[in-house]
Amino acid sequence: MNGLHKVAMIDDKNAAYFFVAPALVGLILFIAVPFVLAVLLSVTNLHLGSPLPLEFVGLDQYRAAFADPEFQHALSNNFLFVVFVVPVQTALALFLALLVNSKIRGSVLYRIIFFMPVVFPMSLLAVVWILIYAPGPQGIMNSFLQFVSLGLWQPRDFLHDPQFALPAIMLMSIWQGTGFQMVIILAGLQSIPGQLYEAAALDRAGNWSQFWHVTLPQLRATLIFVVLLTTILAFRLFDQVQIMTHGGPNNATTTVMFEAVRTVFERQQVARGAAITVIFFVIVLVITLLQRRTMRNSGGAMR
Amino acid sequence: MIHKLIRPVTYCVLLLVALLIVSPILFMVVGSFKPDALVFAEAGTWKAFFPETWTFQNYSDVFARVDFARFMLNSLLITGTVVGGGLVVNAFAAYALARLRWRGRETVLGAVMVLLIIPFEAIAVPLFFGASSLGWRDTFSVQIIPFIANPFSIYLFYTYFLGIPEELEEAARVDGAGLLRIFIEIIIPNARPAFASVAILTFLVQWGFFLWPLLVTTDEMVRPLPVAIAAFYTLPPLQWGDILAFAVMMVSPILLVFLIFQRWFIRSVASSAIKG
Repeated sequence: MNGLHKVAMIDDKNAAYFFVAPALVGLILFIAVPFVLAVLLSVTNLHLGSPLPLEFVGLDQYRAAFADPEFQHALSNNFLFVVFVVPVQTALALFLALLVNSKIRGSVLYRIIFFMPVVFPMSLLAVVWILIYAPGPQGIMNSFLQFVSLGLWQPRDFLHDPQFALPAIMLMSIWQGTGFQMVIILAGLQSIPGQLYEAAALDRAGNWSQFWHVTLPQLRATLIFVVLLTTILAFRLFDQVQIMTHGGPNNATTTVMFEAVRTVFERQQVARGAAITVIFFVIVLVITLLQRRTMRNSGGAMR
Repeated sequence: MIHKLIRPVTYCVLLLVALLIVSPILFMVVGSFKPDALVFAEAGTWKAFFPETWTFQNYSDVFARVDFARFMLNSLLITGTVVGGGLVVNAFAAYALARLRWRGRETVLGAVMVLLIIPFEAIAVPLFFGASSLGWRDTFSVQIIPFIANPFSIYLFYTYFLGIPEELEEAARVDGAGLLRIFIEIIIPNARPAFASVAILTFLVQWGFFLWPLLVTTDEMVRPLPVAIAAFYTLPPLQWGDILAFAVMMVSPILLVFLIFQRWFIRSVASSAIKG
């Protein structure tokens, strides 16, 4: 990563530029330039259809965004999403990874099943889950909850109920994403040296004790990584919201990305929308830097 | 005593979780073969999974109501080109970064590591206005070209290429092989897992990509499946059987590929995450 490797590099400049040019042009035109433009746009007053001349307004758009109750709502929804989904999903993924990793028959089959939702496009799942969350006692989620609660559950209109809409999207996202995390944790589990367990067994450590004193400490880096990765994904939340609730009811499910798109494309407030995407980027940046730091600190643990 | 119980309990828990995970998918597949009116009416009963009558009506309805084949071809074209083009362009760049000496190598490598952080969502707004002002909306190129060069793919290739023993290339050079030949005859065969990982990850992301085509396509002629299914859901009359049939047809190719190459899918997702 830091150019530590000593390679007998080949001196062929023309070939090198020929090899690297297509990718470099793409990266500059389609990532670097748009990113700089996003930052530049965010300090202007650009509002499509507005008669005002284009001006530099400093950090006004950021101030306005943070002062906007709707954006505050979006931020807090993303944080709620992180606070609930990340721990539940990580714990569930760890649990499943441990089960699948134990020597049982059909573990390959279970691994395939648990991973399967990950390959489904999110927009497809969002549409199908609208039907699953259908209101009334016929709705599949409602009848399932009535069945397991022995009839105590009162049918809800999940996606139109301000109290239940966000949890409904969370549940669906956990269902979709757990397999992804499980696979990463499974790879972490399989890289724990077997001697550690043998040594623990010699010390007469039981299953629980082995889990607490060998598995968890050895998995520390993997788990931190998974938590931060899922946190980033939680901040990118858009597809489900756009399709299932359109931010509603009453902004109960709006998110930072949904606000960015709505601000630009429904209200034509381009500069404000750009400011929101820059705020989103800063959040992702902070998490990524944390992630890279833990990976560097844990060094060998992460292959 | 307790040890004897662990195994059966493990099996029960696994089976239960598997059922919970599979049931929405099963519901989708079974529902797509049920008469339209019964999909919603029987959703909360056992008949959602064990229907009394089976029909292909929903499937023919989908083809009658929208140009499904067109959406499928669009998705195949866009995803296929991004995957194929991405493999070539990013592997070439990574090879230059890992093995060749040239001015600016360190800078470009650093830039790739920085660009890796920027999520697509952060640049979508200016990219949209850039594309619009070039008259690029409602085209295939606007859905393909910006996504071919990918810092993450470059990084994956780069780390993999570093691990290939240089002696292999040196021997070929002594034999007088040019760089392009070395790349094709030595690097590609020795980096198959990296190519598979990049292909699978790009495919997964691109096949499900929703935000960008939602912004840049209004024309059905260039619309890919993820946007098409969302639009189909809002197309009156609301017929759940048709929607589920659409969903089943949309996911079958990817599910088929996944079931055949599941080992590779799971391995590439795990390794990419650990390295990324």
